[in-house]
Amino acid sequence: MVKRVVLSVCALIASSLPFICLGAEKSDLNLPVGVTDISQKVYDLHMTIFYICIAIGVVVFGVMLWAMIFHRKSRGVKAANFHESLKVEVAWTVIPFVILIGMAIPATKTLFEMEDASESDVTIVVTGSQWKWHYKYLDDDIEFYSLMSTPMEQIKNKWVKGDDYLLEVDKPLVIPTDRKVRFLMTSDDVIHSWWVPDFAVKKDANPGFINEAWTRVNEPGIYRGQCAELCGKDHAFMPVVVKALPPEEFDAWMIEQKRIKAEAAAEEARLLAMNMSFDDLMQEGESVYLAYCAACHQANGAGLPGVFPSLINSPITIGGVDGHIDIVVNGKKGTAMQAFVKQLSLKQIAAVVTYERNAWGMNSGDIVQPKDVYQFINQGE
Amino acid sequence: MNSVTSTQDTIQHGSDQGHDSHHGPAKGIKRWLYTTNHKDIGSLYLWFAFIMFLVGGAMAMVIRAELFQPGLQIVEPHFFNQMTTVHGLIMVFGAVMPAFTGLANWMIPMMIGAPDMALPRMNNLSFWILPFAFLILLASLFVEGGGPAFGWTFYAPLSTTYSGDSTALFVFSVHIMGISSIMGAINVIVTIWNMRAPGMTWFKLPLFVWTWLITAFLLIAVMPVLAGAVTMVLTDKYFGTSFFDAAGGGDPVMFQHIFWFFGHPEVYIMILPAFGIISTIVPAFSRKKLFGYTSMVYATVSIALLSFLVWAHHMFTTGMPVYAELFFMYCTMLISVPTGVKVFNWVATMWRGAISYEVPMLFSLAFIVLFTFGGFSGLMLAITPVDFQYHDTYFVVAHFHYVLVTGAIFSLIAAAYYWLPKWTGVMYDVGLAKLHFWCSLISVNVLFFPMHFVGLAGMPRRIPDYSIQFADWNQIISLGGFAFGLSQLIFLALVIKACRKQGEPVADKVWDGAEGLEWTVASPAPYHTFTTPPKIQD
Repeated sequence: MVKRVVLSVCALIASSLPFICLGAEKSDLNLPVGVTDISQKVYDLHMTIFYICIAIGVVVFGVMLWAMIFHRKSRGVKAANFHESLKVEVAWTVIPFVILIGMAIPATKTLFEMEDASESDVTIVVTGSQWKWHYKYLDDDIEFYSLMSTPMEQIKNKWVKGDDYLLEVDKPLVIPTDRKVRFLMTSDDVIHSWWVPDFAVKKDANPGFINEAWTRVNEPGIYRGQCAELCGKDHAFMPVVVKALPPEEFDAWMIEQKRIKAEAAAEEARLLAMNMSFDDLMQEGESVYLAYCAACHQANGAGLPGVFPSLINSPITIGGVDGHIDIVVNGKKGTAMQAFVKQLSLKQIAAVVTYERNAWGMNSGDIVQPKDVYQFINQGE
Repeated sequence: MNSVTSTQDTIQHGSDQGHDSHHGPAKGIKRWLYTTNHKDIGSLYLWFAFIMFLVGGAMAMVIRAELFQPGLQIVEPHFFNQMTTVHGLIMVFGAVMPAFTGLANWMIPMMIGAPDMALPRMNNLSFWILPFAFLILLASLFVEGGGPAFGWTFYAPLSTTYSGDSTALFVFSVHIMGISSIMGAINVIVTIWNMRAPGMTWFKLPLFVWTWLITAFLLIAVMPVLAGAVTMVLTDKYFGTSFFDAAGGGDPVMFQHIFWFFGHPEVYIMILPAFGIISTIVPAFSRKKLFGYTSMVYATVSIALLSFLVWAHHMFTTGMPVYAELFFMYCTMLISVPTGVKVFNWVATMWRGAISYEVPMLFSLAFIVLFTFGGFSGLMLAITPVDFQYHDTYFVVAHFHYVLVTGAIFSLIAAAYYWLPKWTGVMYDVGLAKLHFWCSLISVNVLFFPMHFVGLAGMPRRIPDYSIQFADWNQIISLGGFAFGLSQLIFLALVIKACRKQGEPVADKVWDGAEGLEWTVASPAPYHTFTTPPKIQD
């Protein structure tokens, strides 16, 4: 009877093993194989160690299960009296040690490869800040912020969630395939961690320090990841999206970016010579506010008491205009208030300051034009 | 020579005390406030730990309720972060550590034939400052801006420049917890060193006593480091220092080095006494001596020593020199050798024993299997290149909950079921206990096993909302969580029943295979035991 139970249990385990392993190969249960040579090696390492663990588990738990079934008191067995055996002790110390060496060798090799960022073709500075990523192509003078684009209505369950819910951004990082791309990671405030599972790249972005990582993507496509280090309230909402383009398409994209940048500069210059209407400023200001300011100061301007200050009738929003422009442009050291001068255009800064002085019942009537911001920034020169 | 005299002095002193108050405990609240009795203080610690377990568990329920579906439903992200932070702090410092200290108080004097702990008044103090520490921590949730929201690891600068003003309360409360732990540890060491009954040589010490002795040394070594870390956070935030601020010449990564130099030995503080418990229970219900007593002692010592050399495996992604990564990877892998020795020893003890399945044994067997799962995922996490993928995902959450819940907590429950009849004098409701076991065993795996899957598939930890591909598993995980939480109420009911003496009276030696001095005293254990030291036979 007992034997039959044991046999059927063993048979059950044996027959389910292939399914467990098959299940483990599916991507929603397991590490992605990814799209780089490194990610493939990491995946293989992961599976090797996983199988070694399964093998050890089968042996140890097998012996244990055997004892649990056959060495039961209720079967009338008498306990043996053996204990202490140097031979056995040495064996179960040495054998695991040898297995460990077997694991350490491939791990060491892969690690050396992963940490060798030399001879790269493209270098991108990745800067984390609460709660967005900034990318700067070091050799091309192109830079931009990348913010999550999932609307708040989806997060608050008012709209149906899209397929890339929380994993979509307004401007993805674009990199070429088949070239070695080096990332230099740093942060403007707290520690963030830049992670793309398909590249097997995860590196912390530490404020005041620079970390290095690299990848060489084999297949064009869109790859998604997230910040992996708790970085405050909206840690869940700073995704990483990388678009890998074939090299020639990447070069074309880069030329396009330079053209767009030149046009934006011309537009700024044009704006400096004219005045925007109050309604235009308020409209633009509200959208800038919701994208850049509302995460902390909240959509209603009231902030979070004790964490993020309220803007309603605050010394900044009812005080002098210059002080207001100053804190938006330069931020406030030692707090979470960032310097927005490189994140926003002159027009956006003018609009958001106007908005913050006229929204939520304050109606000061103050209007700030792009040229006012320009003058403030360049007043020393 | 010195130590011999002091041993005799202490024993003499102890028996005097016993003689003075042989009428038993005082009545009412004063008994508990003023008590210097190791059994009373042990009970206080255990009840306190259990209440904290329920409080921390309630926070876990909030976390799981929010994560039941994608989107924000119940709490705001800032409050969610407070829940994960305080859940971790309460479970580590309020539940697991005080529970082990409670067991140490109850059992160590009875296991080594001592009348009480060596420093009874300090014992009282070390317990009674704890409720205040946790009142401060819990009160911080209600101040403006909320409680600590930077994770129980309180990485700078999130915990300094970017934290709320409750940080000062958090620092103060951690200081009190640390002082309490250090006093508890000193007491354990002094008791074991000086108050063993004559003839109780080092290599006759029960393994629970051995593991606690080593744990106490770890506590004394690392709690001051934690105190240093929180103090530096305090001065960085409020007094203008820049330990962790690069702008002032500091380094945020240095915080992590300091924290994990405390944090990794802390992990073993929470598991070594568990090893001691399992090494006591498995031989008792296998009716066979522990296979390798001495190798178990040496394995515990080597785990403790190695625990000081592996801290940076929590920090592989912070950007270390490759040779540092290799060093920490190799040392971490090495820890699996003495840990393996322990598991092999338990299995070898069971081999050709005469095994029976009373409830403490059921929890111990679950411990061996499920703790080993946690060990396997720990070994996987040690491999640096793959750790880059696992780090800060739910795979890590699964790993440390397997070692802490099905490891430390299961061992504590096993210990409670093993010694509860000795404490209360009655056998608890075995039917309820088995129900508790099966409900816990199934729900804990539904709760934590799928976390491996979502972690590998890329779900970061400490997020209140996740992308839709993780929705199904998170729903299952949450259901497992609610079931596991509810199952613990069975345990509460059972313990209350046993404390009200509802059950069959038990013999002095409750379990036929049990060994140790605690089974030579009456059940329930009298208020004072071993006022004259017992004779230790070979």
